[in-house]
Amino acid sequence: MFSNILIWFVIVPVLMMAGLACCGNGNMKAIRGVMVTGSIVLLAMAVWLVVDFLGLRASGVADEMLYAGSWMWYKPLNIHLAVGVDGISVLMILLSAVIVFAGTFASWKINPLPKNFFLWFCLLSTGVFGFFISIDMFTMFMFYEVALIPMYLLIGVWGTGRKEYSAMKLTLMLMGGSAFLMLGLLGIYWHSAPEGGQLTWNILEISHNNSIDAGWQNLLFCFTFVGFGVLGAMFPFHTWSPDGHACAPTAVSMLHAGVLMKLGGYGCFRIAIFLLPSAAQELAWIFIVLTGISIVYGAFSACVQTDLKYINAYSSVSHCGMVLFAILMLNKTAMTGGILQMLSHGLMTALFFALIGMIYGRTHTRDIRQMGGLMKIMPYLGVCYMIAGFASLGLPGLSGFVAEMTIFFGAFENASLFHRVFVIAATTSIVITAVYILRVVGKLILGPVHDEHHLQLTDASWWERLSTVTLILCLAGIGFFPNWINETIQQSFVPIINALNLAAV
Amino acid sequence: MDITLPILILAIPFLMFLILGIGGVKMSRKLAGVLGILGMGSVMTLSYVVALTYFFSGDAAFIVDGVRQQLQVFDVTWLAFTDRLVVNIGFLLDPISAMMLVVITTISFMVHLYSWGYMEHEPGFQRYYAFLSLFSFSMLGLVVATNIFQMYIFWELVGVSSYLLIGFFYKLPSAVSASKKAFIVTRFADLFMLIGILVLSWYVSQTPADGPLGGASAFNFMMLNSQPTNVLASTLGATFMGGSVLTWAMILIFVGGMGKSAMMPLHIWLPDAMEGPTPVSALIHAATMVVAGVYLVARFFPLYCIVPDSLTFITVVGAITAFYAAVVACAQIDIKRVLAFSTISQIAFMMVSLGCAYNEPVEGVHYSGLGYMASMFHLFTHAMFKALLFLGAGALIHAVHSNNYTSMGGLRKYMPITHWTFLIGCLAIAGIPPFSGFFSKDEMLAAMFSRHWFWGAWMTMVAGLTAFYMFRLYYLIFWWEENPEYKNGHKPHDAPWQMSLPLIILAAVSCVAGFIPFGELVTFNGEPYHIHIEAPVAATSITVAVLAIALATVMYRKKNSMPEKMKNIWPGLWTAANRRFYWDEMYQWVTHTVIFGCICRGIAWFDRHIIDGTMDGLAAVTQFCSVKIKGMQSGSVQTYVAWYLLGAILLGAITWICIL
Amino acid sequence: MDLNIFWYLVPSVIMFAAGVYGFITRKNMIAMLISLELILNSADLNFVVFNRYLFPGSMEGMIFTLFAIAIAAAETAIAISIIINIYREVGNSDVASVKQMRF
Repeated sequence: MFSNILIWFVIVPVLMMAGLACCGNGNMKAIRGVMVTGSIVLLAMAVWLVVDFLGLRASGVADEMLYAGSWMWYKPLNIHLAVGVDGISVLMILLSAVIVFAGTFASWKINPLPKNFFLWFCLLSTGVFGFFISIDMFTMFMFYEVALIPMYLLIGVWGTGRKEYSAMKLTLMLMGGSAFLMLGLLGIYWHSAPEGGQLTWNILEISHNNSIDAGWQNLLFCFTFVGFGVLGAMFPFHTWSPDGHACAPTAVSMLHAGVLMKLGGYGCFRIAIFLLPSAAQELAWIFIVLTGISIVYGAFSACVQTDLKYINAYSSVSHCGMVLFAILMLNKTAMTGGILQMLSHGLMTALFFALIGMIYGRTHTRDIRQMGGLMKIMPYLGVCYMIAGFASLGLPGLSGFVAEMTIFFGAFENASLFHRVFVIAATTSIVITAVYILRVVGKLILGPVHDEHHLQLTDASWWERLSTVTLILCLAGIGFFPNWINETIQQSFVPIINALNLAAV
Repeated sequence: MDITLPILILAIPFLMFLILGIGGVKMSRKLAGVLGILGMGSVMTLSYVVALTYFFSGDAAFIVDGVRQQLQVFDVTWLAFTDRLVVNIGFLLDPISAMMLVVITTISFMVHLYSWGYMEHEPGFQRYYAFLSLFSFSMLGLVVATNIFQMYIFWELVGVSSYLLIGFFYKLPSAVSASKKAFIVTRFADLFMLIGILVLSWYVSQTPADGPLGGASAFNFMMLNSQPTNVLASTLGATFMGGSVLTWAMILIFVGGMGKSAMMPLHIWLPDAMEGPTPVSALIHAATMVVAGVYLVARFFPLYCIVPDSLTFITVVGAITAFYAAVVACAQIDIKRVLAFSTISQIAFMMVSLGCAYNEPVEGVHYSGLGYMASMFHLFTHAMFKALLFLGAGALIHAVHSNNYTSMGGLRKYMPITHWTFLIGCLAIAGIPPFSGFFSKDEMLAAMFSRHWFWGAWMTMVAGLTAFYMFRLYYLIFWWEENPEYKNGHKPHDAPWQMSLPLIILAAVSCVAGFIPFGELVTFNGEPYHIHIEAPVAATSITVAVLAIALATVMYRKKNSMPEKMKNIWPGLWTAANRRFYWDEMYQWVTHTVIFGCICRGIAWFDRHIIDGTMDGLAAVTQFCSVKIKGMQSGSVQTYVAWYLLGAILLGAITWICIL
Repeated sequence: MDLNIFWYLVPSVIMFAAGVYGFITRKNMIAMLISLELILNSADLNFVVFNRYLFPGSMEGMIFTLFAIAIAAAETAIAISIIINIYREVGNSDVASVKQMRF
């Protein structure tokens, strides 16, 4: 069991928690030591995993899931700890590792209770990594919950503003989503095998059995898609996102918007579409309408917000809407674009939230009306903010452009008028995004200095630079050399496309 | 052709951007300036080598039986959407891209040199050179694009470099809002272009891989342009609102060009873009980026030709814009705005000329591709003399510290170099032989007359207006009445050599560029064409220009009350022209009141109160219920038991009734 | 006189009703505990009786009753200790004086 690398993605965060537990509460040096070591190990493991994965694929290993392993956990319900990764999960793990790394440095001076903060932070990462490595629905769901619950404490204790309200709202709405999800997963489990067969939680086996009849598929699709869609900030279940993000501490916003919201999109295609293909074809239109609204609606809402984090949260609604929208297009190109958008949005929003945290830490306000001309005061952060903005509005050379274009070109492959109208509606978001990004950049970064007191503020420290540079390099890396990622993702979509084709016949 | 040179042409500016952008903070100004200029100089040399080799080496790769060939020097896969939708990054060498290489690198080099003097005392000098390099990189990438998607990529990049450079003086709110406006307006146009690309490439990619279009990427220019009728066939099946899909796609793509080239009604960003440093205006907003729209149409010319409706659309848009901009230019006070509107008008000229061209022989027309050739010719000459005029304006602003002609006047004595070069620029744009503008404009007018007399007559009138407003500007700056401030204290003087040298070089180019046998080099199908002057057209246009100049001389040479009187004949017209016919106000109203005020605020309100209100409402209902029933938990055990007993009896009774 | 099942059940019901009545009306916690024991004992009686009359062959009801009696004894011990503690705290054993356990 321990010879499987994937398991170590869960064990390392647990070890980090153990290490943190041994540190004294005020001993920042030891706490940072544990966190930095741990996150570097995770990052190194993730990079190694990607390289090795690509190597294996290149050498012709054609299994759907590599590094697969399965250990019985609870016999009566046939629950396994089953792990395995394909190209998409590998990239997601890399994304999570990058953001955990950047998040550690972004919360270098967290106060109060640094030890407890990082304990919960590690628990959250455990859940995230566990989710991406699992191919057993039950363990997947369990890790999903493990990732969600720490949010409550992280926001409620270390947050700012109306933190109790936001933490409660976020947790309750996500738990509501989980309830739907649990129903859906149980339903899938009870139909996972033909009459008399051994029921299973294993995604690959369920897909292979293909034994869920059309009527049940429709019901379960709605449950699972809404369940994951809540986490993916799908309209009209997105309102936890602005409040939650606005009140969360920096690293938590980063991890939440950067990775946790991706759990929603990932679950949507891995479970809802892969296991329920015929329902996906039949009911996709409902969710295309909802996500289409998300895209435009989030962008328009972002135009008039005055709190930096609200702007970004609404922008996330728009961008994450794009992820689900792409996945619902049910063809390889668009879905690939959806995954690229997840990666891109993850990195970009993490960068945004990190920068907002850094700016807030200095000016003690997030209201754009009370700031201005930060470029003159903190040029490094200003430039980074502009780069993040450009990534968000889809500048070629950064990852957002690649993702959006892949989505548009893929989505346009669906020839019906309905799809076309929504694709064109979705493309308008590139203009609206430009409007709100440039509005913020113009008010916040450029222009004359608004507040004389801000002139005394300092520019980024080394840990902040490390955190932002890591993310910017990743953004530019995807933007410049998208094709290897594109190919990796496309390859991994083959089983899903096959399942869809099979259902269409 | 060896691929080293082309790669270097793209790589050097990009590396320069990275070096100056990242390391600039630690660099001295001098080092940054020298690096920038050397980098651009080497790119210019390489481009000249490439262009000259292409045009004059006579190599079989470039010219076969007298026909100039298109070739993709390199073309590597960057991103593959599907098998047929593959985005490549490459280097396409053909007459127009070679010509553009020369134009861009020449102007860019001049501007690099000029800026060394102009921007000497500005903070952020290194950043400025970094942005200039970024722009040069993007523009070069745009013109050598092998496919429409590569063009779109670099199209966006020039947009963002234009944004960065317009907003270079980022502490000025006006510069910030101008840059924002420029970016958003062009982005809005790019949206249409993107949709056009989506439509076109999807239909083309639907043809079978071994079909008439071959297995090449549906984005590729060479494939699309070499088989226009096949493209038409593949898109014929579907129509939308009376037009074929191809017509719609080509018009949508052209709308992208309208945004970048500031055609009506998307012209509003260009005058504001003059907030940027003047050399930037010369490079981006006069000579290179704004002609990207013209270049786009020229690049897709074979496709535009098979859907004549789209060509008519281009002609009409161009003709209206040319006239509008010329009228507005007559009533501006800011000299850079006059030049900006003049640019819009001249670009529209090129558009009309392209719209009036045919790609196959037409009866009664002496040379069908004349409009195309003339348009490219004018693009070339215009880039030179308009950059000259802008750089001249920069020298004036540098000396006077104001953009308005009201604080100039009588400057010819103080700034002789600027004066003479500016005069050459004005003569060139007015179309007086032997300056370059005359030759290209004459060819364009001839092409328009060959399409329809109306276009010819209309554009001749615009040419007359051009001569008038340019000489109005010239006289108001250099003659009129000397500003009394010059006598006492601050005496304006010519700029340092870094700034004067580019002026002199560009003036020299503007004098001789008309004699370049352009038709031999750049035509729509690569076959050479021997330019000759069409006597009647030339005579008309010279007459009109001379008359217009004479009128301007009478009105503005010496201070008199005539302009004031003419203004007062119909004051509403002058104010309207001065306010650019209220286009900006209209956009302001639509964006601020309708979009921001109603839509965005409405949606934000809806989100907070209706959607979130529902969620909060659910919580509130839960809480309400729990508050209401919590009294039942009174702490008194005996009450609980009583309730319990009551419940049990009730349940028992119900069960009993149901069973019986 | 033949003793049929009702001869046992009627006292059991009376015990039960008396227990319920006492539990609800008594103020003293000791008295409430005694009422509770009455209820419990009536249930035990029922177990035994039903077992004897309905399933004469088996012994589960009897055994269950023995268990219940044993557990009731333990429970009474705990209840009395709680009552003593409350008495020490508030000075009486009136049930109305321990109403803190509410919303």
